[in-house]
Amino acid sequence: MFYNLYRALVYFNDLNGVIIVGVKIELNDQVMIAYLNGEIDHHTAADIRTDIDIRVEGSHPDILILDFTNVSFMDSSGIGLVMGRYKLMNDIDGTLKIVNPSPQIRKVMSLAGIDRLAIIEKNKPCKRSDCFDKK
Amino acid sequence: MIKNEMKLQIPSKSSNESFARVAVASFFSQLDPTVDEISDIKTAVSEAVTNSIVHGYANEIGNIFIHAKILDDNKIYIRIRDKGCGIDDLDQAMEPMFTTCKTGERSGLGFTVMQSFMDNLRVTSKKGKGTIVTLTKKLRKRI
Repeated sequence: MFYNLYRALVYFNDLNGVIIVGVKIELNDQVMIAYLNGEIDHHTAADIRTDIDIRVEGSHPDILILDFTNVSFMDSSGIGLVMGRYKLMNDIDGTLKIVNPSPQIRKVMSLAGIDRLAIIEKNKPCKRSDCFDKK
Repeated sequence: MIKNEMKLQIPSKSSNESFARVAVASFFSQLDPTVDEISDIKTAVSEAVTNSIVHGYANEIGNIFIHAKILDDNKIYIRIRDKGCGIDDLDQAMEPMFTTCKTGERSGLGFTVMQSFMDNLRVTSKKGKGTIVTLTKKLRKRI
């Protein structure tokens, strides 16, 4: 049921009406979680960025968590997205955490040294079928 | 020898980024690539196509030409060409983290990603004429 609610919240902004990406943002006790969904590229990154920035600037959380569990693809536009949010959180003395990136996303992130900037963690057990990372 | 090939022409709309990388990856699926190999191809193609859209045709919509080939020995070849503005200083453009974008939202890692995800990257560019990115990779032989 939660998943259906989540799907309903995923927003449709592509001209062709295809769901490519969405972000659902939750705030609990100064911890903001942005659940990213779909594919992150230059086309989709702009809307995700705007959505997150509006929420962060409105409530100044201590921790921003970018949840990559449901992100199936990311290119270097996603690095810009993460780096920009890192700077934003730094400006308000907050911390950025990245959760559950796939091996492909981890590989892209490591090229930019994001593993040295933000905390990358896996906090959710994931099924073998939707997660190939066995670490 | 060319074993198979496909050509694709798309306008430089950002909504085509996803289509371009998926189309190229689908073409190479006949070689039965691994999940990692498919991810590498998709990522590299996405970077090259995004460059053409963001930089090559910064203020206009132009055509992007993609030519993908399957060569002998499980080698793949992808050429992504635009007739956009071209690159001023190629050496500088290839430097990791260099970007002409002032907003701070572009990482300047496009060529770095292409280099690390493929075996070989070649870029030729002519001011006012356009840019050609050639990517090659040898896929693992499946038994």
